[in-house]
Amino acid sequence: MSPRSRSLPALVAGLLALLGWCHPALAVDPAQLSDPRLQARYEVLIHELRCVQCEDNSLADSDAWIAADLRREIRTMLQQGKTNRQIEDYLVSRYSEFILFKPRYSWRNAWLWSLPALLLAIGVTVAVRLIRQRAALVDQDDSEPT
Amino acid sequence: MKLGRFLIPLGVFALLVLFLAVGLNHSREVGVLKSPLVNHDIPQWELPLLNDPQHRLGSQALKGQWYVLNVWGSWCPACRQEHPVLLKARASSSVRIIGVDWKDDDADANEWLTKLGNPYTDVVSDRAGDTAINLGVAAAPETFLVNPEGVIVYKQVGEVTPRDWQNEFLGRLPPELARSAP
Repeated sequence: MSPRSRSLPALVAGLLALLGWCHPALAVDPAQLSDPRLQARYEVLIHELRCVQCEDNSLADSDAWIAADLRREIRTMLQQGKTNRQIEDYLVSRYSEFILFKPRYSWRNAWLWSLPALLLAIGVTVAVRLIRQRAALVDQDDSEPT
Repeated sequence: MKLGRFLIPLGVFALLVLFLAVGLNHSREVGVLKSPLVNHDIPQWELPLLNDPQHRLGSQALKGQWYVLNVWGSWCPACRQEHPVLLKARASSSVRIIGVDWKDDDADANEWLTKLGNPYTDVVSDRAGDTAINLGVAAAPETFLVNPEGVIVYKQVGEVTPRDWQNEFLGRLPPELARSAP
């Protein structure tokens, strides 16, 4: 082992350790709810909801005004005793299902959810047929082994 | 079997064409949030007038008349682009055009209106931004067309162009509102 390749794992370990520092810097929202249970639900909600302006960020990651306003709205609704489902329903009714990172199951998007299973079934069928065909070819092969 | 060999790639190709066609057709709408509120009652709103906060204007008081609700802010560059279109719209039609000054500073908003001209029949102020959320606003400018029953018949995301004003707004308004008052 050359000295260079020996230092590589150390470098990787060092970089991974540095990653640990990044996390607190990503937290955009310093707001805290007094009730820790509400705070926990709040954290989950803002990670599952999309910032409607900067569409690839969650509400938790975005420092856009609208994201800050939506977080405030969510805190208010939590304090009013609304359930997560009620909060999500409200936001979906205003911004469409797009605001949920994980779309809901519905007949409209059933094809999307069933597509992986369908593709897997097609793949398995094709594979089984190919293997059977090849096996049949071997059975019929009467040439002398070389 | 020979035929199957030929059909499978053809089928895969047809599927690919289908997916690409759908994708291409949707690409124009990428980034545009389709509001679930269109063709539904506008959520109840009521906001203080920008320069007369004692008085409020809202969906309840506006029942029975057509109005345009334009969400803007003096901080919003696209609103500046849109502004001349609104000025012209105001001059050439008699529909009520209400400006919602969104998350703005009153002084900045007034400076904008005096410097660039005021295209609005009424200006209300949404300082906190909760009315905007209730209306499903994601980014300024957004413009709603509301009918006398209080139903949002059209919503424009992004700036209104002269063509949009002609086709999407005037096209939906009764003829007496689509031209300037005599």
